[in-house]
Amino acid sequence: MKPGSIAIVGAAETTGLGVIPDLSEIQLHADAALNALADAGLKPSDIDGFATAEYRPTAIANYLGITPKWVDGTSVGGCSFMLHVRHAAAAIAAGYCTTVLITHGESGRSGIGRQRAPTPPDSIAGQFEMPFGISGPPTMFTIPVLRYMKTFGLTQEQLATVAVVQREWAGRNPRATLREPTTVDEVLGGKMIAYPFRLRQCCLVSDGGGALVLTSAERAKDFPQRPVWLLGTGESTESPIISQMADFTTSRAFRIAGASAFASAGIGHADVDHLMIYDAFAHLPIYGLEDLGFVGRGEAGAFIAERNTAPGGRLPTNTNGGGLSYAHSGMYGMFALQESVRQMRGTAPAQVPGAKVSVCHGVGGMFAASGTIVMSNERP
Amino acid sequence: MTQSQRSLPRPTPETRHFWEGAARGELLLQRCDDCRHAYFPPRPFCPRCASRSVSVFRASGRASLYSYVISHRPAPGFEPPYSIAVVELEEGPRMMTNVVDCPQTPEALRLDMPLQVKFERVSDQCALPLFRPSEESAS
Repeated sequence: MKPGSIAIVGAAETTGLGVIPDLSEIQLHADAALNALADAGLKPSDIDGFATAEYRPTAIANYLGITPKWVDGTSVGGCSFMLHVRHAAAAIAAGYCTTVLITHGESGRSGIGRQRAPTPPDSIAGQFEMPFGISGPPTMFTIPVLRYMKTFGLTQEQLATVAVVQREWAGRNPRATLREPTTVDEVLGGKMIAYPFRLRQCCLVSDGGGALVLTSAERAKDFPQRPVWLLGTGESTESPIISQMADFTTSRAFRIAGASAFASAGIGHADVDHLMIYDAFAHLPIYGLEDLGFVGRGEAGAFIAERNTAPGGRLPTNTNGGGLSYAHSGMYGMFALQESVRQMRGTAPAQVPGAKVSVCHGVGGMFAASGTIVMSNERP
Repeated sequence: MTQSQRSLPRPTPETRHFWEGAARGELLLQRCDDCRHAYFPPRPFCPRCASRSVSVFRASGRASLYSYVISHRPAPGFEPPYSIAVVELEEGPRMMTNVVDCPQTPEALRLDMPLQVKFERVSDQCALPLFRPSEESAS
């Protein structure tokens, strides 16, 4: 994909967000899809390419009345949608389809019509991790951080500051779940979930979803919304079980996805006006800032504490409040992409004035996968 | 711990030797006959060089604490708070486990502390490799 050859021309989240007890998971996909299609001025019959995760794309495409010529069911956790964007751009560039819809819906909180299957006891994770008392991401995703803290001297206070800063952004977003300002003392005084992580250093558990529509640059001019141009993309994977991640202080998948995205976009870090880093837990923005190359190894805790990523800082990050304060359905990557699109359209509630380039970085299946998208409101 | 409720592994053809070894009180790893890489979890080829010529060997059981969390969440067969740890074996590979026979506190669980494997029988066929502080760290 050449920078600026593909555009996002439709983007929307589900009508509700947070607690949606009256919609099942498949209908959350549909609600988001219908909102994104309306945003793009399209009908399901205009869509010829379809992608989603967790659910089979066949199920959602058929439910929506879409007849695809191209499908992608890449399902690698919460960053799957970053990978869908990347794959869709390649498919459009290859001529496999012209107009791609990517959907996410998850009844993460209410648990209505959920798709997720339990881990089988004869899988690798079922044999070599589940017997040791794993109970969801709070007890897996979090395991590396003590090694990071010992290696680089990251403090409990710095780790708590991630949540405090993101709450400042959430306070500017009417749709954010948690909007009241908080403090380091309040975060560190919260309920212990999995030492050293307290409640507010762990993501929310929400119902919701989102959808995107992508097309070629030639067609993008004909849509009602200001196009958001794709500049570059990247993806990679590492170990699906946390114990086998090569180095607990850095993510190989982050480094590869990030470097690919920056190189293909032809941009440097100084060009970035806005950043999203998937924050299922408070350490992820720290790993992300370093592995994407915004700061040196071991520097991200201080960088955040010095308010560089906060409102008024030089690198506004997770401006919707993030998974910690905005919403987190289970596969949050779609929400990070939505915020990047809003920032590039100039319609974000906490709009970064004059922002022209946004980097959106996702993680999936603990540190198992990663996808990075660079987008802009200016076509190169 | 209420062991009967704990999630138990179901061996596959590729991992059966590991679990049979554990039931005998042996921690078994594999090593590539060609590139000498020692690895875990089990598989019948070398994840570094793809050679199918690999051998099973008995590890020393000595390890150090690489990282962990102390879970306060309810889990079947566990009494919170309890550690979920990743240990680095003397031979190189890392594995998930629980560190037992010591207080489940940050003060008692120091990164890089020496550990020794201890097998805990959880069913007629199955024993799990857990780790306890070794003599050196207890002194």
